[in-house]
Amino acid sequence: MHMKEICKSIKKKDHDPKIEGRSVYVSDYVASKDGRAILCGKLLHSTLAKARVLSVKLPELPEGYLYVDASDIPGDNNVNIVLDDTPVFCRDTVEYIGEPIGMVVGPDEKAVEKLLSQIEVEYEELEPVLDIRTADEYFFNYEFGHGDVEKAFAEADKVYEEEFITGYQDQTYLEPQGMMAEPEADGRMYVHGSLQCAYYVHGAVARVMGTDPDGVHILQDVTGGGFGGKEDFPSIIGCQVAVAAKKANAPVRCVFGRREDLEFTPKRHPSLCRYKLAVKDGQVTAVDADVRFNAGAYSTLSAVVLQRGIIAAPGVYDIPNIHVTGKAVKTNTNPCGAYRGFGAPQTFFAMETMMSHIAQDLGVDSIEFKEKHFAVKGDTTSTNGRYHFPVPIPAMLDEVDAMCDLRKKHQEYRKPQTGRCRRGIGFSAIFHGAGFTGSGERDLIKATAKLRKYADGTVEVLASNGDIGQGVRTTFPKIVAHELNIPLDRVYYDHPDTARVPDSGPTVASRSLMIVGELLRRAAIKLRGIWQEGVEQEVEEHYREPDFMIPFYLDRFEGDAYPTYAWATSAIEVEVDTYTGLVEILGAYGSFDVGTPVDYNIVLGQMEGGFLQGIGYASIEKMDYDGKGRIRNNSFTDYLVPTAMDVPNLKATLHVEEYPDGPYGAKGAGELPLVAPPAAYIEAVEMALGGMQKHRLNRIPFSTEDVILELNKEGL
Amino acid sequence: MNGICFVLNGKETCYAGSATDRLLDVLRDDYDMKSVKCGCKEGECGACAVLIDGVLVNSCCVAMGAVDGHEILTVEGYRDTSRFAKLSEKFAELSAVQCGFCIPGMILAAEAILSANPHPTEDEVREGLSGNICRCTGYNAIVNAVLNAAKEGDGLW
Repeated sequence: MHMKEICKSIKKKDHDPKIEGRSVYVSDYVASKDGRAILCGKLLHSTLAKARVLSVKLPELPEGYLYVDASDIPGDNNVNIVLDDTPVFCRDTVEYIGEPIGMVVGPDEKAVEKLLSQIEVEYEELEPVLDIRTADEYFFNYEFGHGDVEKAFAEADKVYEEEFITGYQDQTYLEPQGMMAEPEADGRMYVHGSLQCAYYVHGAVARVMGTDPDGVHILQDVTGGGFGGKEDFPSIIGCQVAVAAKKANAPVRCVFGRREDLEFTPKRHPSLCRYKLAVKDGQVTAVDADVRFNAGAYSTLSAVVLQRGIIAAPGVYDIPNIHVTGKAVKTNTNPCGAYRGFGAPQTFFAMETMMSHIAQDLGVDSIEFKEKHFAVKGDTTSTNGRYHFPVPIPAMLDEVDAMCDLRKKHQEYRKPQTGRCRRGIGFSAIFHGAGFTGSGERDLIKATAKLRKYADGTVEVLASNGDIGQGVRTTFPKIVAHELNIPLDRVYYDHPDTARVPDSGPTVASRSLMIVGELLRRAAIKLRGIWQEGVEQEVEEHYREPDFMIPFYLDRFEGDAYPTYAWATSAIEVEVDTYTGLVEILGAYGSFDVGTPVDYNIVLGQMEGGFLQGIGYASIEKMDYDGKGRIRNNSFTDYLVPTAMDVPNLKATLHVEEYPDGPYGAKGAGELPLVAPPAAYIEAVEMALGGMQKHRLNRIPFSTEDVILELNKEGL
Repeated sequence: MNGICFVLNGKETCYAGSATDRLLDVLRDDYDMKSVKCGCKEGECGACAVLIDGVLVNSCCVAMGAVDGHEILTVEGYRDTSRFAKLSEKFAELSAVQCGFCIPGMILAAEAILSANPHPTEDEVREGLSGNICRCTGYNAIVNAVLNAAKEGDGLW
């Protein structure tokens, strides 16, 4: 790959403090900013999925200990996310197991835990809704399409119908959720912690505290991973600790334990997708997709997750007739939220697996079948937008083929296999729409970023995008230093504090580098033009929607949902031990187009990390709730994530299709690599088991136990 | 009889608290060793790993009574060594540090691998790191950084 200067890897700006163990995460503070002792806050979680809370009987609280609940909220008991249904502390009823009822606060953690265990909650138990097949309350219910689907089905040679199921996936950032609130001498509430979106927390806390926006400020501390899991949830804990700190008139910190985090924080939505495809003359002519996401008990981010999911429902293919319905179903379970991929991994899994199954039924190679349908530049997207830029999927298929001899193995392993260990290889192609869905950047976010040059010639980046490991503390200054042609050590980017940075939007949607990085590039050019030695100067830039975009209308899902797309092709090769059910991953190969990598190693690290998360999602990361609505897989003993030994042969390569409106051609990167692996993995395992005719696989995760259950069907 | 006496990062110390206290909590709260991270508190993730007499151990699963007479090393006691400098350099070259939360434990796991076997194979490195979960990197960069440190750190281990 030809590399521009900006692509060359540099030492990350936060490398030294992190590796030396000096970085201060929220759990590492020993006192508040003004030197006061920090009180420990622990949440009282509901133990029933649906119930009226009749009373909360507290033990006698020693001096210095207090109990906080909804009655202590100065403002309004609504955490603003998308809608206003999520309470800070429960209202009259609890709607899922784990819902916060109140918080015990005090100086000693063990004493707080003991008091918590002594609280008696009297409930009137109500009937919970737990099954997304039969649940009939929808937070969101969308429908869109184009062409004449009915006619296409009527004229089809064959109509295929299949149902696909995906499970929960937990983000499993290594640092659990944690937030801290400090009442300041001037009356402001200072809230900080492990978070992705400082301004989301800001808006939520101000409303709950009943103050104007100046009454609070939010700092992102060093954050030990997010992957979407710290998009909305820190707003909720942030409000809880702020209410508690106000009542205690002292700093309060709440850090989740791992079990609490696995059980009670947002995850990827489980899904049930029913797909119906029409085939005429060997070509798919219509897709009708009915997508149901299990939203859980409150709507949180489900609207936007579902939008991204259903827009991706027809995959990377050019199919003339499309009809899609999407429902975010309310159940009395833990609210689901954002996780890398944001709804799209579920629908891509369904569509890619459906294409493989149709190919098998037609007796053709699924890669060749998919190739006949790949969209190209100028084609219509699912929402009647356009692919404005070249679609590099064919070249990226070739790249993956070159990495692992995909096509040859794909033919070879489809032949009948005998013996204990059998092989399979699967392929999947996906896109990730870059940036916010629809007109979000233009109408909702309206990002502003600033550069402040000090008299000594150093330049500070002022933006609200948090470094959560993805490297924006390095890449933002790198862009600015590059444009100003000054050494990198003269440009810096601290963790954002809303008291001093503009709102450049949340750290989500793979948008930070593409959208805010471009604002900073333009700001740096502006600063270069007015640069004066020895004085302080400031410049700012605002988001402008690219001219070429077809306006998007959410009410009818029409127009360009995204300005451009990142693309990925992945192949996964497995060997299945038919005695033990163990699936060994012989190799995982991916080509990823995120445009120009603004730092090769950083982008490669994103691709490899996301790729492995996607393989985990497909295989070992199993989490579910029982008949009472309780998540049982709440520890690393029961919820397995990949270790260094699980996929030793994981290879990622970068394909560069530059995007003219991103900095140096960069597009969104973070989420892309997670999306393709599930369908590739399932195709590979299915192939090793003898193909769809013997074992039709259409759900993830597909674990060792699932392999054994499948093999048992053979009556061995 | 001055409580539980042990060597922490080269210095002798005695802990007056309970023998059933958790090493992880004591290191963080009583000795301010904040490089030792709490990721799960049940011995599964490795974020709290320390070296006890050179052996990698999850400090969340160690009661204080068990460290009497032993030597404990955390990153605070390791970060000024030339071995650390080599590992840090190699991690930096591959941008192997993302969110950073697993990294102090990873570094001590790397030290445990290399001090036992200065020239490990890739499989040996992967096995040696397998008790430390990293959710960010997919492990390739970390594994390669340790291998590069082994290659270029000849004589250090």
